[in-house]
Amino acid sequence: MGDQHHDHDHEAGCEEALAELYTFLDGELTEERRLTIRRHLDDCTPCLEAFDFEAELRLVIRHRCSEEVPDSLRAKVADQLEQLARLTGEPGSSGAPRRGAGDALAGPDGRS
Amino acid sequence: MADQATFAEQAMPLMSSLYAAAVRMTRNAADAEDLVQETYLRAYRGFGGFEEGTNLKAWLYRILTNTYINMYRAKQRRPDETELDETEDLYLYRRLGGLEAAAASRSAEDELMDWFTDAEVKDAIESLPEQFRLAVLLADVEGFAYKEIAEILDIPIGTVMSRLHRGRKALQKRLYAFASERGLTGERFGEVPVPTTPTGQDAGSTDDPADSSGSGAPRPVLAE
Repeated sequence: MGDQHHDHDHEAGCEEALAELYTFLDGELTEERRLTIRRHLDDCTPCLEAFDFEAELRLVIRHRCSEEVPDSLRAKVADQLEQLARLTGEPGSSGAPRRGAGDALAGPDGRS
Repeated sequence: MADQATFAEQAMPLMSSLYAAAVRMTRNAADAEDLVQETYLRAYRGFGGFEEGTNLKAWLYRILTNTYINMYRAKQRRPDETELDETEDLYLYRRLGGLEAAAASRSAEDELMDWFTDAEVKDAIESLPEQFRLAVLLADVEGFAYKEIAEILDIPIGTVMSRLHRGRKALQKRLYAFASERGLTGERFGEVPVPTTPTGQDAGSTDDPADSSGSGAPRPVLAE
């Protein structure tokens, strides 16, 4: 397309790319739009760097947000599910049916 | 129809991401534990209604979100209709960009990693008003698609997008505040070439050309 109007086209391309930055990074553009933006990025270092920055920032956010599940919570939920499974008469709920059938009804009140 | 007997097997491995989301939602560990416990309980009971073969994680997040809203929204005054100040695009990039200027041998991501601590990123997310916080959490931390987020939050896709847009910008503003508090901004980063700034077209072009090798900027993320 018109290389004579490169500056004008280019700026329009920057605006367009910027407007779709998040949708692009979210992987939510149609293939056609994605390619259009992609082509612009291949041509435009300032835009590419801005996109890269945003993409990297997102990785940082993702990596920085994990939490260690407390063992006590894991155990509590597992117990709770096991108990529910027994109460509803499911033989051997998924995991390990550790306790004997004898105390099936002896568990704590199973607060709900 | 899903068999309850397989629930634990399928759902337990998702606990760490559910718990992390719960902490961001409730902003404290004790409430997060209660929330996760309640979520598993409700999910177990409703598992018969889960359509096998669909996304279990999204289904659980929907329960988590609804449970959170039921349990905690009552405590809040006016959870909805919070507004955020308008923030310009590329807020953080315009201030902290120019990664290659500082990243000689390390990847840009390492660089960014150093700027913010876990606590700062978590705090920044938790500082967002609820509706924006949930959207950002689901998209940026959990990686859900717009459609999934729309279903989880029970809002239209257009609303998901606008909440993300504004929430992300607000998040950047908050992160920038942390960076400036620690003096990371300023002399360390020079002018950043920014797209679409009419006068910025050739910013930096007069800089010392000796370092031109560095302008190839690592592109770990968009490389392909």
